[in-house]
Amino acid sequence: MKRVYAKEDVCAGCKLCEVHCIVAHSEYPGDIIKAFKKGTRPVSRVIVEENRPISFALQCRHCDDAPCTKACITGAMHRDPETGIVTNREERCVGCWTCILACPFGAIRRDETGRKVASKCDLCSKTDGVPVCVANCPNDALIFEDRN
Amino acid sequence: MNLNYAMPQFIIDRNRDRCIDCKVCVNQCANEAHIYDEEEGRVISDDSRCIGCHRCVALCPTRALSVRKYPLEYREHHTWTASDIDLIYKQAASGGILLTGMGTDKNYRIYWDHLLLNASQVTNPSIDPLREPMELKTFLGRKPDSLIFKNGRLLEELPPQLELEVPIMFSAMSFGSISLNAHKSLARAAEEVGTFYNTGEGGLHRDLYRYGNNTIVQVASGRFGVHQGYLKAGAAVEIKIGQGAKPGIGGHLPGEKVGKEVSLTRMIPMGSDAISPAPHHDIYSIEDLRQLIYALKEATNYERPVSVKIAAVHNVAAIASGIARAGADIIAIDGFRAGTGATPLRTRDNVGIPIELALAAVDFRLREEGIRNQVSLVIGGSIRNSADIVKAIALGADAVYIGTAALIALGCHMCQQCYTGKCNWGIATQDPNLVKRLNPDIGAKRAANLLRAWAHEIKELLGGMGINALESLRGNRLMLRGVNLSEKELEILGVKHAGE
Amino acid sequence: MNYVIIGNSAAAVGAIEGIRQVDRQGRITVISDETYHTYSRPLISYWLAGKVTEDKMVYRDKSFYEDNSVDPILGVKAEKIDFEGRKVKLADGADISYDRLLIAAGGKPIVPPVEGLDKRGVFSFLRFDDVKKIKEAVSAGGKKAVVIGAGLIGLKAAEALIKAGVAVTVVELAGRILPAILDEQAAAMVQEYLEKHGIEFKLNNTVTGVQGDHTVSGVILQDGTKIPCELLVVAIGVQPNTDLVKDTEIIINRGIVVNEKMETNITGVYAAGDVAEGFDIVHGANRVLPLLPNAYQQGEAAGRNMAGDETVFAGGLAMNAIGFGDLPMLTAGIIKPVSEEFEVLVKAEPETASYRKIVLRDGRIVGYICLNRVDRAGILTGLLREKVDVSSFKDRLLSYDFGYVDFPEELRKSRLSGGAA
Repeated sequence: MKRVYAKEDVCAGCKLCEVHCIVAHSEYPGDIIKAFKKGTRPVSRVIVEENRPISFALQCRHCDDAPCTKACITGAMHRDPETGIVTNREERCVGCWTCILACPFGAIRRDETGRKVASKCDLCSKTDGVPVCVANCPNDALIFEDRN
Repeated sequence: MNLNYAMPQFIIDRNRDRCIDCKVCVNQCANEAHIYDEEEGRVISDDSRCIGCHRCVALCPTRALSVRKYPLEYREHHTWTASDIDLIYKQAASGGILLTGMGTDKNYRIYWDHLLLNASQVTNPSIDPLREPMELKTFLGRKPDSLIFKNGRLLEELPPQLELEVPIMFSAMSFGSISLNAHKSLARAAEEVGTFYNTGEGGLHRDLYRYGNNTIVQVASGRFGVHQGYLKAGAAVEIKIGQGAKPGIGGHLPGEKVGKEVSLTRMIPMGSDAISPAPHHDIYSIEDLRQLIYALKEATNYERPVSVKIAAVHNVAAIASGIARAGADIIAIDGFRAGTGATPLRTRDNVGIPIELALAAVDFRLREEGIRNQVSLVIGGSIRNSADIVKAIALGADAVYIGTAALIALGCHMCQQCYTGKCNWGIATQDPNLVKRLNPDIGAKRAANLLRAWAHEIKELLGGMGINALESLRGNRLMLRGVNLSEKELEILGVKHAGE
Repeated sequence: MNYVIIGNSAAAVGAIEGIRQVDRQGRITVISDETYHTYSRPLISYWLAGKVTEDKMVYRDKSFYEDNSVDPILGVKAEKIDFEGRKVKLADGADISYDRLLIAAGGKPIVPPVEGLDKRGVFSFLRFDDVKKIKEAVSAGGKKAVVIGAGLIGLKAAEALIKAGVAVTVVELAGRILPAILDEQAAAMVQEYLEKHGIEFKLNNTVTGVQGDHTVSGVILQDGTKIPCELLVVAIGVQPNTDLVKDTEIIINRGIVVNEKMETNITGVYAAGDVAEGFDIVHGANRVLPLLPNAYQQGEAAGRNMAGDETVFAGGLAMNAIGFGDLPMLTAGIIKPVSEEFEVLVKAEPETASYRKIVLRDGRIVGYICLNRVDRAGILTGLLREKVDVSSFKDRLLSYDFGYVDFPEELRKSRLSGGAA
């Protein structure tokens, strides 16, 4: 399946991926200014790790054998057998953080801006095409490709 | 001296209605002009730190930023301009010489803009380059006085030539003055389009040997990074005598830019200043130059053309004649508007002559002496677009070098602060935090695009003149007319005035 | 192929999904004495606290059995297994024959040897029905509860009861709360937090007597203290529910003994979840690990093997995510080492109830506690599980922003740049 990979040697550490991730998963996915200024602002599902000069964006790896889905106590964390995309069905999530305990990439975050839920990359699967972090990286430091 | 007389150069306009305090500007400004105020939870700006590079403006996701000239006016004075005053403040504070980057920003006459091209009408029909073949191929190197054929085959062996698909090369910029990613971008673009880039006086990084067929390796007064393998790695060798942005002086790469890779490539200790002497200490005459030229030819088995690069100065025509007679295959002439990574401001702005006049003078002199065929002429220093190139060819150039234009293609925003080493676009810097900002995949594509776009335009202009091969335009000054030029200028350029 | 699964919780669901990864055709029958569609046991405290509704208790969607061609037999207890005849005898007299059997009967509460635990008002805290009964008792006017045991179950019960408006005292035999997953320092922080939220603790103490005639009216503690209460929740812990196979040829230690394929000593009979002794990677031996993620993974491995795909259970480890109010904690592996061979890294910030402790052995993580600032702790779990030598970046492990950026470049790139992770 296609996944997002970071090229750390050309990551400028600008964190625009985080900005656009927040917008895409906010109440105003088409309006960056409203997304930040109105309502509750979700946490970014992509994390820029930085220890200058090293920086890179990291998000859910959508593991084939995803430990989060097996650890989830409610069945909210789910891997689509067709697409391979791992998503958290937030309406069923109770925020117990067992998935955070299980994820070896640290790619799941606590979102406590509204109801406590685990927040993670969904590869922007609600929209067709390229995830917004990739589409908005100013330096092509994120690529969306199939490496299998 | 607590009071700093230096006034901000720019004012940063932040539209608070649009700013989302995402801190992208904060993390992108190497000059720390944007600051996040934790207590207020918002981003603020310090105008005095802004150098006008536009990195923040380009990356701001909400277009909340713009940068303007700082609106501070001195009482008007024709002699004492704001720049004159500000620079005195600077020197009174520092006691040092003024450094700057890129080419002169002074309002000297740009002769390209006073030259107009011809076009065919009725009798000599123009050519449509989309329908008919159009040849831009250019060979650089010594051409024989005459060709002897037997049974349809060339009898003698031609001296080594550089074969260019477009008459444009990337001029010498060293690894050290620009980043490795910038070098990679240019090397790959040159390979892709079929032309050459030039190492400058910084040696050849091991990752770039694979682009050797599209590389001109430079030998300059410091001899940094020069060894047998280096000389043989390139397609040609260039001896740098001078450069247009700083004729008569050497180079200085400060120790903080000499990191591990630069150190290995230049073969100097890490952290040590790389000082190129003003003269070559072994060249005091044309005969000395001839010795170096032949030493390099010897070292490369006479398989590589040798170029000699000089700054355009007063006696450029005579000097060029000497260089041709010393055995150079190519003469590269760098005009005084040429760019550089670091140069004393007064040198940049006051030394040398315009490239257009130098080119015309050299071409004329070499023809007059009957040795024009012995060398190819490459000129550089402020080639801004394809029309400049067509005019240069008509004035007698075989090809051009572009430096500033190439860097602009890579993202340079002409803030002219190259010498600070804090290039926010990852070009003129060795800071590992900043060099990552230039992705060589993108850089190579953009630089190659520029060459292709200009090649298309050159073909259009040639076609308009009814010419289908660049070779037919070389030195063809009849295709040029001058406007707003004095008799003397027209005479030197060898061009008639418009209307004549 | 005819698959029968006794149990309907995480291990059973794991097995169904494991079987279906390999075999889309075979018949699967699930037998459970509970009447519910498969539900999440850890959610019972959330339900009692009013944080989830009953329809959100399901562990898999309502269409799960249908989607996976499973015949559920719910509300009927499996009474006996005829291993010779390959049949499960049900309480209603029916015989269910199998080709492959999975025993996923789960755990049962440990009951302390105290008189009077048969009185009304005494509850376990394991099944949905347990909390339904507690809710009834609360609705009937129960205002005060005593919880025996300050482990995971006891504290989740206490938290839910407080939310339901009941005053709670927790009695714990050990000298600290959550003795299995926290050390003294972390336990003290959590205890302080819980006390602030109204839970009262009696440590180094235990219930020795239950007062009341038929209905609980109070308890007497070891030190003589008497606490009046209407509810008494017994939450000492769980033990493998091996009743069904007791005195059969199946080998039982504490739990049912299985091999690396989760198969018991009887061919074709498997066991998984809280009833079984699967492999623990930290201890390097088989033992009972009554935890949901572990149950699922054992079940999945068992299911794949039952369907004929040889799958070795990768092993589990003690790991818990638990939170009270806005104080989350994640723990894994060995958290309170006793011998010299361990190295312990600690960062404690009592003012914010933040605590991070990492236990190393031979330069490898074998356990950790993260209190409050728990983000990205899973990276530690990953390093623990894969036994990565962390010596070279040990000094970064305690940092709250510890991440892949701290890994040696080669390790980082191999983890992040590959194909399927």
